[in-house]
Amino acid sequence: MSDKRHIDIDKLINLGSFEVSNEEKKQFEAGIEDFLKYAEVINSAPCNDLQPASHAIQKDAFLRDDNAKIWEHMEGLLKNAPILEGTSFLVPPQKGRTGKEKEVQENLSIKEVEDYETVIGLEVHAHLKTHSKLFCSCPTEFGNAPNANTCPVCTGQPGVLPVLNKESVNMAILAGIAVNCKINKKSVFARKNYFYPDLPKAYQISQFEEPICSGGWVEIEVDGVSKKIKLNRIHMEEDAGKMVHVGAPGIWGSKASAVDYNRSSVPLIEIVTEPDISTAKEAKEYVIMLRAILVSLGICDGNLEEGSLRCDANISIRPRGTKTLGVKTEIKNMNSFKAIERAIDFEVERQKKLKKLGLPIEQETRLWDESSQKTFLMRSKEESHDYRYFPDPDLLPLTLTDELIDSLRKKVGESPLDKKRKYQKDYNLTEEESKLMMVNPEYANYFEETLKLYNNPKNIANWFFNEILSYITQEFDKFHITADDFASFLKKIDSNEISGKIGKSVIRKAFDNKKSLMEIIETEGVKQITDTKEIENLIDSILNANQDKVAEYKSGKVKLFGFFVGEIMKQSKGKANPQVVNDILKGKIG
Amino acid sequence: MTEKLTVKKIIEGYNKKEFSVSEISGKYYKKIEEEDKKYNSFITLNSSFLKESEDSQAKYQANTNNLLEGVPIGVKDNILVKDILCTCASKILSNFVSPYNATVIDRLKSVGVNFIGKTNMDEFAMGSTTENSFYGATKNPVNVDYVPGGSSGGSASCVAAGFVPAALGSDTGGSVRQPASFCGIVGYKPSYGLLSRYGLVAYGSSLDQIGTLTNTCEDAAILVKYMKGVDRNDSTSSNINPLNIDDFKQIDLKNKKIGIIRETIGENTDKRISQLILETTKKFQKYGATVEEVTIPALEYSVSIYYIIAPAEASSNLARYDGIRYGLRTTKKDVDAKTIFTETRKDGFGEEVKKRILIGNFVLSSGYYDAYYKKAQKARILLSEQFRESFAKYDFLITPTSPVLPFKIGEGVNNPLALYVADLCTIPANLSGLPAVSIPVGKVDGLPVGMQIMAKRFDDGLLLGVGEFIQKNITDGDK
Repeated sequence: MSDKRHIDIDKLINLGSFEVSNEEKKQFEAGIEDFLKYAEVINSAPCNDLQPASHAIQKDAFLRDDNAKIWEHMEGLLKNAPILEGTSFLVPPQKGRTGKEKEVQENLSIKEVEDYETVIGLEVHAHLKTHSKLFCSCPTEFGNAPNANTCPVCTGQPGVLPVLNKESVNMAILAGIAVNCKINKKSVFARKNYFYPDLPKAYQISQFEEPICSGGWVEIEVDGVSKKIKLNRIHMEEDAGKMVHVGAPGIWGSKASAVDYNRSSVPLIEIVTEPDISTAKEAKEYVIMLRAILVSLGICDGNLEEGSLRCDANISIRPRGTKTLGVKTEIKNMNSFKAIERAIDFEVERQKKLKKLGLPIEQETRLWDESSQKTFLMRSKEESHDYRYFPDPDLLPLTLTDELIDSLRKKVGESPLDKKRKYQKDYNLTEEESKLMMVNPEYANYFEETLKLYNNPKNIANWFFNEILSYITQEFDKFHITADDFASFLKKIDSNEISGKIGKSVIRKAFDNKKSLMEIIETEGVKQITDTKEIENLIDSILNANQDKVAEYKSGKVKLFGFFVGEIMKQSKGKANPQVVNDILKGKIG
Repeated sequence: MTEKLTVKKIIEGYNKKEFSVSEISGKYYKKIEEEDKKYNSFITLNSSFLKESEDSQAKYQANTNNLLEGVPIGVKDNILVKDILCTCASKILSNFVSPYNATVIDRLKSVGVNFIGKTNMDEFAMGSTTENSFYGATKNPVNVDYVPGGSSGGSASCVAAGFVPAALGSDTGGSVRQPASFCGIVGYKPSYGLLSRYGLVAYGSSLDQIGTLTNTCEDAAILVKYMKGVDRNDSTSSNINPLNIDDFKQIDLKNKKIGIIRETIGENTDKRISQLILETTKKFQKYGATVEEVTIPALEYSVSIYYIIAPAEASSNLARYDGIRYGLRTTKKDVDAKTIFTETRKDGFGEEVKKRILIGNFVLSSGYYDAYYKKAQKARILLSEQFRESFAKYDFLITPTSPVLPFKIGEGVNNPLALYVADLCTIPANLSGLPAVSIPVGKVDGLPVGMQIMAKRFDDGLLLGVGEFIQKNITDGDK
């Protein structure tokens, strides 16, 4: 190896993120050279058949229970800060965040247009819904003051160590089972090293060579056709903090950044597909389906806008029918399903245009910009990092038992797609209704809860989609009408205790007053009057008051029957059971 | 009166009311203030130490004292003590006030120990002379023209100078044992995982252990008794409780099988040191031990393995010193975030630290990872296997602690590789997670020589028990 060895001292200094004088550089280079020459004695060590390991010790890592706790000495952390803005650490802006786009000259000779096919791979990051962070006990909840949810561990203080959250492991396994992965009984956490102000240790703890789940697939339907998207892996990692750009909006042109580590070390899983997606629409449908799966497992809240689900796309094109993958670009910053579709479409067109002009496609990372609906160069391949992944010596390999995996396997229910198919086939729901249930697992859960108590799926769906849903403005799981309440309500409709029309107003009032449907029915007296005696008395009084009309009716003006019914309903404030009214009225004036 | 007092004698003296905590603490503190100019063993003195000592004294008077109430110790400046500076002897942390206590500090505090101050060291524990310090070199109390060893040179020096009965150090490749050897005291590195590393500023995480610098093996056992045990903040800490720590006794050599590692007394070792080790071990036989030479062939790789793995881990561990959350930040104006990193780190780190970061980046970089880092990981397993095989036959393995006598101040500067190679004897215990202790066995040219005893992982109590026996019955007479 020594004959091939080349010490790129500038690269090493850059990776170390410091500067040295030219003289020092020469000294370092010579010192490293001396050392490496000496170190290469290990070439002759007879150990090639041995398994490499970070430790010479055999021990299982222990895991931490998922209990959130606020660290109480925040002032101890803040008082060491060189510059604070409120409770945020202040840093100057990142310069050179965007690369310089090469000019495309439009007047180049246009090449014959080949028929290209698109190859897309997606990396989806999903926040896990644990109470505490991946490697410390700080709460994961959002919306607190900057750095309120931090401690020495997640702010990377000297001397701290990570301890893995047990629940996050269980959630990652659940995800793996639900998307048909192989669950690896041994996985290893690795450090991904790079400098950025939001990354407090200057490395992210992730998994690299040995992830927790391998392989797998997600079935999607695009225009009625089913496709299984192959997965490469799922690995666990910690999130970085957040930078709020102070002074001007957006990533560019701001004066400073305030760093908030509340999100630092929040647990993520990254679900990586094979390059197995062919269109932007497929990509969108895949993310929609993956979201549905994760939300239905209860392990992710699936909010793209808030960043609890984030998606990066690797895109390349190649002449249709060929096997070799083209040069890929990576697209980041797509914050909605629509953005995913549009960004990919834009990028594919950009690449085709380059091909058409006979220009090379460069391997680079690009940012989707929502306002201009374009992708912009973020960094070129030359600027790409050498992350120097290596197993984190602070965390021993994670080992899983068959018992744990089996017990979690039992918790994974029917997939959202299977549910959709069942709803269409067995319950006669429309394609649209079934798909809404699939995409929104919380609807499906509510639907099924109700179905357990009230066995008319079509009715549930009608009332749910047409009425209930129209009042829900906040998060679905926070709305107050229980499945139990809803089922009781539907039963009262079926038994004619309340009319459909009153039913609608009951729902409106229940939302207006934050009361249950049953409470509204009881307190507002909207129950139908089915007592025949009561209705008969009402009819008698109306007939008495309108003797002239009764005479007209009897003389043949049969249309007046409707007038009497209307009067009766008006008097009863709509509560008289129309069928009973009809029957009695016919008997009286027949 | 404080000269060579042990932790054990101090506790006995307090309990028998031979002297008070205030008396002892005042004398130690005054001695440091008067004499440490000569050695520079402390970076920071704890300004509330005397007050804490008075509180301890009050507890004795009220009979509410803890087990180690009022024992004053020094702490290496890479172990965090809440509200006190923790500099790691680096400019980059020169203003860093610890926001929390290391686990070992919490545990010692809970039994009444008081911390007199933070001791000097090589910057971020990188070095073996305590010359690589932003706060200046520490000198060897045995002879101030010589280095005290390193990187826990301040801790060794303050014990050897009689400033404290004991100090904590950290040992990644010999940083407790080698300075103990150079200063003529006892340096103990526990089994990997016996003590929590939480609150020890990381250098090489898979190698680092907190250790003790004391006058006797028994004192080491007393301190470790109250520091050991699993810690929910350190996944690599262990709940295994070694024999003979909780109820410490010296253990005689009868029927003990002892191996002397041949590779450590060969041509690369100062003959006079080898001679002293062999003379000492010869006396073991008188007490019923069998002593043989043993070979560990993979030992020749250990320095290379260590100087690949430790810098690799360090390059990542030291990346967090970026000037954003704590520590030094460049005062340059009109800079972007990237320049904050590069200028801060340029100003903040010393040369040896930068060099090891570069080596670490090299061995981890794409294209070289397999040939260097991964290979070193494999060779580490090979070495550990060979130790395991040896320990199937032997209870203890013996080496010199250092193959060379203490360096003169400034001597190692121009030959850094020679300094690395001098870590040969101590590195294997770190690579294999084994407990090891250096005990003084005599002097050559007036300079102390230490003998290292290694044991099976978690045989820490037996190791210290035998060490105590050897000190009491064999080596103390030679001093």
